[in-house]
Amino acid sequence: MAIVKSVRAIGHRVIDAVWRTGYATRFFILTLLYSATSFRRFNLTVKEIFSAGVMSLIIILVAGMFVGMVLGLQGYETLKRYGSESALGSLVALSLVRELGPVLAALLFASRAGSAMTAEIGLMKATEQIAAMEMMAVNPIARVVAPRFWAGVISMPLLSAMFSAMGVFGGYVVGVVLIGVDAGSFWSQMQSAVDFQHDVLNGVLKSVVFGLAVTAIALFEGYDAPPTAEGVSGATTRTVVQSSLAILILDFILTAFMFRGD
Amino acid sequence: MSPQALVEIRDVNFSYDSRPILNGINMTFPKGRVIAVMGGSGCGKTTLFRLIGGALKPTRGEVKIDGQVIHQLDQKGLYEMRRKMGVLFQFGALFTDMSVYDNVAFQMREHTDLPEEIIRDLVMMKLHAVGLRGTHHLMPAELSGGMARRVALARTVALDPMLILYDEPFAGLDPISLTVVGNLIRRLNDALGATSVIVTHDVQESLKIVDYIYFIADGVIVAEGTPDEIRASDKPFVHQFVHGEMDGPVPFHFPGGDYKRDLGVSV
Repeated sequence: MAIVKSVRAIGHRVIDAVWRTGYATRFFILTLLYSATSFRRFNLTVKEIFSAGVMSLIIILVAGMFVGMVLGLQGYETLKRYGSESALGSLVALSLVRELGPVLAALLFASRAGSAMTAEIGLMKATEQIAAMEMMAVNPIARVVAPRFWAGVISMPLLSAMFSAMGVFGGYVVGVVLIGVDAGSFWSQMQSAVDFQHDVLNGVLKSVVFGLAVTAIALFEGYDAPPTAEGVSGATTRTVVQSSLAILILDFILTAFMFRGD
Repeated sequence: MSPQALVEIRDVNFSYDSRPILNGINMTFPKGRVIAVMGGSGCGKTTLFRLIGGALKPTRGEVKIDGQVIHQLDQKGLYEMRRKMGVLFQFGALFTDMSVYDNVAFQMREHTDLPEEIIRDLVMMKLHAVGLRGTHHLMPAELSGGMARRVALARTVALDPMLILYDEPFAGLDPISLTVVGNLIRRLNDALGATSVIVTHDVQESLKIVDYIYFIADGVIVAEGTPDEIRASDKPFVHQFVHGEMDGPVPFHFPGGDYKRDLGVSV
């Protein structure tokens, strides 16, 4: 009897997961199909870029600065052992542009903007604002979801670039101003080591993919949240957990394709 | 369909999974009238409300609005129909990220190409009609429950709908707001020449303003009539409901086991 019960429970969970995956895919396709409004009335998207992107700037810039400063310190300590302190600029820049900028900015974006998107849409659903919009013959996916989706996709690479720029500045402050690495070699090594297409564009591509994943997860969780306080809080937690995992898994896959040992 | 009827509900059945909610409901809402659908909590009122709005499909029967079966319409047709409808939700459902002004202007901006000056005049007229012109710059969080309900009412009638649906419009209101909202529902309906359907369990306020009442219990219509007929009704359910009696056809006690046994007293 206990075996039948466990098999039934597993079956139930599998069916539930398949159903949810199908629902999420349908939601994502509908978001893309109803995206015309987001561009035709671009002010709707700009408003969301302000909420998701501009309001995340402080945390992104402060985190970027400190990550750059830590990289400066740790990098200097390691490079000093090989007498290569002058390569500090390239180490800081490559670490940030290729990896830490897109990944850390996306993790911060998921916690700051992704969770806010989920909570906002979940509460709109719980307070019948989404149903009211439907009854006013306004498609909530076109009016509420799609502008937020594109705002996330547009904001993420910009935030990632600012994170990296701030990190380079943090590395400069620690390496050049505080420790005394030669400024000329710091910048020239960086300039010669960083390739625009191979490093910068690949980093931008990563952040676009992360932005897409985080925003899609956040919006779906909000739209699918049970209309209760507990439901919205659970959805917000799921957004942060799933987004973080998605970022790290996608990062590995993208890195494997972009920088496979060359 | 009779020429005067705006909404016709014919033999409507509805179940959630295998749990029956509505069973063979027949109703007619003539044009220009205010109709109340009443019943206790969980009797199927809100389900009926959602069926009329096209948010649910009946398992049997049909809901016809202005000659069209609403659940047979595709999304475009359904949205066309909804443009002619106004819905007031239980707690107003105002958009919390928009001001009072933007809430009322929402449908005008979404569905018309009117210039902003005309929208401004229309919004002010709608807000004036509910007595809240002076709140146009406020956010929904700055309004009291009664005021929010009135702003939502102004938003509901923004495009002069032919059919207005109210879901528990009197829930949680103080006595003054209750009278104000009740009177506004009647006045706006008459001024617009619309048809209003109020889903509620507030008997006293509804009896003052509606033309006809349907009582639903356990998914079927148990009584119907004009306010005077309802007041004079000797049907046990209607009597209990109208006078708010604790016990009657709707029992006070939920069915349970033997009381003495539950208390552990030997029988």
